[in-house]
Amino acid sequence: MAVLERSYKRFEGVLSPEWSRFLIIPRHAVRNVFRSKLFTAFFALSFIWPLVCAILIYLHHNIEALGILQIDIRNLLPIDASFFQNYVIVQGTIGFFLAMLVGPQQVSRDLANNALPLFLCRPFTRSEYVVGKMSIVIILISTVTWIPGLILFLLQSYLEGWSWFVDNIWIASAIFIGSLVWILLLALMSQAISAWVKWLVAARAALLGLFFIPTVFAAIVNEIFQTRWGHIFDLRALIGNVWAGLFGTFARQGTERGEFRRNGIVTQIVFTEPPLWASWFVLFLICALCLWLLSRKVKAYEVVR
Amino acid sequence: MHSAAAVIDPQPNGDPFGVITLDGLSVSFGGRPILKDLHGELRGRAIGLLGPNGAGKTTLIHTLLGFHPPASGTARIFGRDIRAEANQIKSLIGYMPERDSFISKMSCIHFVRFMAELSGLPPAAALERAHEALFFVGLGEARYRNLDTYSLGMKQLAKLAQAIVHGPRLIFLDEPTNGLDPPARLRMIKMIREIRDSGQANIVLSSHLLRDVEECCEEIVILKEGRLVVYCNLEEERKANKKFLMLETRGDLNLFVAAVGQMGCECATTSDHRLKIILQQGTEIRDLYRLAAESRVQIRRLAYKRDSLEDIFLKAMENGSGAGQAGV
Repeated sequence: MAVLERSYKRFEGVLSPEWSRFLIIPRHAVRNVFRSKLFTAFFALSFIWPLVCAILIYLHHNIEALGILQIDIRNLLPIDASFFQNYVIVQGTIGFFLAMLVGPQQVSRDLANNALPLFLCRPFTRSEYVVGKMSIVIILISTVTWIPGLILFLLQSYLEGWSWFVDNIWIASAIFIGSLVWILLLALMSQAISAWVKWLVAARAALLGLFFIPTVFAAIVNEIFQTRWGHIFDLRALIGNVWAGLFGTFARQGTERGEFRRNGIVTQIVFTEPPLWASWFVLFLICALCLWLLSRKVKAYEVVR
Repeated sequence: MHSAAAVIDPQPNGDPFGVITLDGLSVSFGGRPILKDLHGELRGRAIGLLGPNGAGKTTLIHTLLGFHPPASGTARIFGRDIRAEANQIKSLIGYMPERDSFISKMSCIHFVRFMAELSGLPPAAALERAHEALFFVGLGEARYRNLDTYSLGMKQLAKLAQAIVHGPRLIFLDEPTNGLDPPARLRMIKMIREIRDSGQANIVLSSHLLRDVEECCEEIVILKEGRLVVYCNLEEERKANKKFLMLETRGDLNLFVAAVGQMGCECATTSDHRLKIILQQGTEIRDLYRLAAESRVQIRRLAYKRDSLEDIFLKAMENGSGAGQAGV
């Protein structure tokens, strides 16, 4: 109908495919997100480290540039698994702050404005809603983590040659899987907090707290019990172990040594990290808990019993 | 008005299925029954849902929308089961919630377009229809304003726009005139009637305001304590009560009343000059005028009278202590 016709008419056209509808949420949300100057500035700054990494890779393969800059190639970081692991750690940390800026407002805003009935009265399920909201965080953090990471890997492969690419293809999968695990964890945790904490500042503080308070708790447990099993409470240590496992740098023993002096006798203790599977398992439990929390809150109406 | 099985007209658009079929539908929250064994088939273009607070009107709408799972029984919308075909049903319906429901920090056009896209419209069509819907509800000039700046009346219109933007076959309107001033209420009623008269969509209107329902709906369903106590087809009711007359007269009524009684009609004087008459089969209005002339009585005013919706509602509240089933 024409605008001026002003009569009610059914829609007779072709509908969009159902599987793609969850993408409508990030498409509209991303536009809103970039209205914030603070976020846009932070997002732009988050590409500095990938740029530095790209320059380092380039310098490794350009003797003339090294000569001009008077840098000894032996002083440069080697381009290996550790290089890419450090890249993932830095960008993962930046991703955390991006998630803190974007994630906590997604569900809480809809809950505060009673918008959920409007979503769920349409051919749009609760799962699609959650996936749609999560994908805002997933898309944004992907653009600063594994996407530039894989571009760096391809740059290195291009400069180093085909054989390097074939020998190190597992690094690409480690970049991708390691980043994805982290992104999924951030997306789920930020949405779960968003669903339960309506006040934005409190939600952001809660997300920050969830990453740093357990670190303190884990340190206390480790000190009291002279162990490293406290790390299973520490999200940063857990994801660090997972990344180390993926990049082949994980070592259960010997990462830290304690030294005790009693009656003039010096005792050295080698602390043992929790096994890798324990880190994966705890991360899985955290994700399951977040999904359960989301399922409790993401409803059209809350029934008061 | 029926509280037992009744025959109703087929649906105007010729759909073989009823708009809403209730098949022993019960809903409980935490073991507390809210809707109890509802049965019936509703086919009207505009169906009014009435009942006192806590009767279960909103719960019924929410259950039909798939927000609450039925404890037992089921319901069908256009022949589709709400348990098994929830997503197909949702693509056929629009919903205007009672409470304020928005997405903050969005312009109205953006909001309505977003809702249209979620209903499955492609982006370009969604934008086009969002403009159309907002012009239809009268928000054309204000469509680029942020929703947070809208007045209550404008928010109601925006909610209506999002409910109709995708052109649904069935529209649930939950208290659409809440908080509207008289002119805005009239505009809302006019739009609902326009949608109804377009024949493109059926409407389920839940309201506390009997006048709104009476002005918009052909059928009404009255809920009380979670049970469907009354079904009434207002059109049929109007036709059925055509033989009930109110007369205002001048002159000596005794002769006239006696003559009317001899014709077999029930007659009662309500005041000096007023008469209530229930006409018998075969009695015509002109017979009354003839008798009046013979009795030297002037008929100054003659009006058909029927039970108002208020009468029906109050009767239902007095009598309908949970009839259990109102076969509609």
